Amino acid sequence: MSIPIFSFIFVMWVLIIIGGGLMVVFVGPLSFSGDTNLDPLINSGAKVLIAMILIFIWIIALLKIKNWIFRKITNQ
Amino acid sequence: MEQLIIPAIIAITIAFFSVYGLTPFVIRALEKRNITVVDANKKEKTMVARPGGLSIIVGIESSLIILYIFFPISEILAVILTTFFAFIVGLIDDKKTMGGWFKPLALAFCAAPILLLGAYDSNLAFPLFGTVQIPLLYMALVVFMIPIMGNTINSIDVLNGVASGFITIATFALSICLFILQNYEVGIISLCLAFSSLAFYKYHKFPSKVFPGDSGAITFGAAYGGIAIIGGVEVIAAIAILPAIINSFLFLSSVKKIVEHREIKNPTSHTNDWKLQTTSENHAPITLVRLLIAKKPLSEKQIGYEIFKLALFSGILAIVTAFMMGVTI
Repeated sequence: MSIPIFSFIFVMWVLIIIGGGLMVVFVGPLSFSGDTNLDPLINSGAKVLIAMILIFIWIIALLKIKNWIFRKITNQ
Repeated sequence: MEQLIIPAIIAITIAFFSVYGLTPFVIRALEKRNITVVDANKKEKTMVARPGGLSIIVGIESSLIILYIFFPISEILAVILTTFFAFIVGLIDDKKTMGGWFKPLALAFCAAPILLLGAYDSNLAFPLFGTVQIPLLYMALVVFMIPIMGNTINSIDVLNGVASGFITIATFALSICLFILQNYEVGIISLCLAFSSLAFYKYHKFPSKVFPGDSGAITFGAAYGGIAIIGGVEVIAAIAILPAIINSFLFLSSVKKIVEHREIKNPTSHTNDWKLQTTSENHAPITLVRLLIAKKPLSEKQIGYEIFKLALFSGILAIVTAFMMGVTI
């Protein structure tokens, strides 16, 4: 049984749930138009940009965890 | 619910027995025409028939067509067309090794039937927090989902029985999730894929008599991705194949570019007793198999079982997630 890999899967699962929560609670209801008539396309584009930044942070976090797990396995 | 039982039994039976019955003929036809490859992980030179994608596509498509006759809904038609186009892409790649970008780009076009038939819901559902409406982003997600799923399953097709065994576990888990979410029609479609892959596993398991090839592995992945989209269970489907996603993630983060898997250095080598050990080659990519054998060398069969344990674990996490979908905090 490779416990570190099971842990990696579990951490990924937790990150998916947290990331989903951030999407629903913060990114979904965001509106940049305010009182102005901002093009919905730009509004949607801004949300996409935020989602991409979140995914980028998610990948950076996973890379750190991956390196830690790989070091742990090779040091065992 | 009751009216679904008979069509479901007929479709599942066709899915299983068409692959189970057709694969030996495909193996014999391939061997007769010398369309075989060397099984790299066997001590004695062993030639294995490849690709066996034809029996997989026949199993999936015939069962879904039967299901479509009973329930003529656009969702089933979308999966039928997307899976078929993905099979053609895989077949082209089997016949002629294409560049690293060919498959992702070609598979992106395979998502067209889902978009054109409107067989998707642009609400993305997350456990505990509810749904988020992202119409534009979701269309991009549909286009990306098929290539990602196709290539993810293809990239795990490295050892005897792994791709078919893995997708069998993942689709059974996905089917359970769809039934938990009371999405019965799509749950039956998922069961058709699960039984097709289970029948193929009989011939693909260690020691393999046939390899699915790109046409088989991509067909599995595209059908799985299509089911995830039409069922609105994208997040759950991704969770169920987390070990394969990790494999692609490890690979991409170490290679840092999209390349055809045949172009890269093998991350494993063999010990004297023909177990797999991690290579000393510095530039070889990190993969799931390499992580599994980092501590000690394992036989091909042992690695396969380790990957199946990981698939079972992620399948359980997917089922837990399906239960969490009904809870909002």
